[in-house]
Amino acid sequence: MKKGKQLSVSAIRNGTVIDHIPSGNLFKVILILGLDRIDNQITFGTNLESDRLGSKAIIKIADRFFEEEDINRIALVAPEAKLNIIRDYDVVEKHVVTVPKSIKAIAKCFNPKCITNHENVLTRFSVTNSSPVALKCHYCEKITDEEHLTII
Amino acid sequence: MKKRSLVSIDDLSTDEIIKILDMAKKFEKEPTQNLLNGKVVSTLFFEPSTRTRLSFESAVSRLGGKIIGFTDASSSSVTKGETLNDTIRTVNSYCDIIVMRHPIEGSARYASEVADVPVINAGDGANQHPTQTLLDLYSIRKTQGTLDNLSVAMVGDLKYGRTVHSLMMAMARWNTTFHFISPEELGMPPEYKLYLDNLDLTYYEHTDLNEVSGKADIIYMTRVQKERFSDPMEYEKVKNAYVLRRSMLGSCRENMRILHPLPRVNEIHYDVDSDPRAYYFEQALNGVYTRQGILCFLLGASN
Repeated sequence: MKKGKQLSVSAIRNGTVIDHIPSGNLFKVILILGLDRIDNQITFGTNLESDRLGSKAIIKIADRFFEEEDINRIALVAPEAKLNIIRDYDVVEKHVVTVPKSIKAIAKCFNPKCITNHENVLTRFSVTNSSPVALKCHYCEKITDEEHLTII
Repeated sequence: MKKRSLVSIDDLSTDEIIKILDMAKKFEKEPTQNLLNGKVVSTLFFEPSTRTRLSFESAVSRLGGKIIGFTDASSSSVTKGETLNDTIRTVNSYCDIIVMRHPIEGSARYASEVADVPVINAGDGANQHPTQTLLDLYSIRKTQGTLDNLSVAMVGDLKYGRTVHSLMMAMARWNTTFHFISPEELGMPPEYKLYLDNLDLTYYEHTDLNEVSGKADIIYMTRVQKERFSDPMEYEKVKNAYVLRRSMLGSCRENMRILHPLPRVNEIHYDVDSDPRAYYFEQALNGVYTRQGILCFLLGASN
C-alpha cells in the first residue's frame, strides 16, 4: 500500500479484490457471482474516483477465490475489471477478465418473442462484440446490446 | 448417420446448398420417386400457412412418405397449455422427421435440440425460413443458369422482411451486386449492410424502382404493409411507388426474372403476370422440388 493513500474500502487478509467495476454495474456483478448468497465477509465501495472509468466500484471478498470460468462471467458488465488475489495482505496474483466467446444462462434475451422468454429454456448467446457488449441469441438470432442487457 | 436439422440457411455449407439444389433439379425432371417409402413426416403448423405446408405435403406425397400433423395450433394440445418441449418430445417418437412452423422466434432451434429426429424450420416468427431461401436460390439458378456474379434488386419492405434478409445473406456467397429499393422508413437495416461491407460486396440504395429496372438480373418483390408505418400519411405517399407494372418493364433485361415469395396483394400489377419475365408462380412450384431435395438430404436418401 502506498503511503499517504487512504483506502476507501478496508483491506482484507486473504481473499479476492475485484477492482475497476463500472459503478452502475456493481450490483449486477454481485448477482452474477452469487455474492448475495454466500456467508463470507464482503465489503464494497461504489462511486469512487477512477481515472479510467470516471466512477468505479470495488468489491473485497474475504477467503474466497474464483475459478477463471466464473470470473469471466462478469466480463459482460465489467469488461475492464481487475482481480487481485490477496494472501496475508499481499497481492500474490493479478488477473484481468476476458470476455468469453459464448455465454450460457447469464443474460436475458431482449426479444419478447424469443422462445427463451416463453418456455423454460436456458439462454445461450455468442458474443459478437465485447466493448460495447453485443450478444447474439443462439435461438432467435437477435442481438441484445448493452443498453438492453438484463442479467438473470 | 448424425442427425442433421435445417433451422437457418447458415446451417448449410455452400457445397451442401449446391447439393440440395442439384437434388431438386433431378426431382424437377422426375418428381415421383419412392425414396421416403415407409417414412413418416410430421407437419406441425402452429400457425396457418398455405404454400409452405401444401408444398411440403406435396413433396412428401411424391416421395411416397406418410404425413401426420396439424394445420393450426387450435387443433393441438397447445390449447390445453402443453409446452413446445412436451409436444416435440411426444411427436418425436411418432415420426422420422419434423417440419414445423411456429410464431415464436427461436422455437425451431429449440425443437431441433429437444428432438431426436431432424427438424426442418418452416418459419419461426420473424426469424428464419430457410426452405424459402433454398427455393429462391433454386429459382435464381434455374432462370440465370448460375448463382455467380448476378445483380439482384430487392424491392419493398427491406426492414422487416425475413425472406429478403435470408436471401441476401445466402446470395452474398456468390459475389452478388445488390440494389435495395424501399421507402426510407423500410430500408435495409444497418447490420445487414455491415455484413455486405465486411465481405466487400457492392450494394446500392434507391427509393425509385425505375432507376434500377434495367440493371437487375433478378427483381425480388415484397409487400409494403400499411401497419409498418408509424405515420399513415407516409404510407399513402409511397404505396404506389413500389408497385411493379408492365409499363415499367421496357428497359428491363431479357434474362431478368421477377420473383415474389407470395402471397402478393397489389405490389405486382396483374398486367405483369403475362410477361415472360414474371416467374413467381413457377417459383412457388419450385418449392415442391426444393423441399423434396431438403427432405431427402436430411434423411440421407439419394435420388
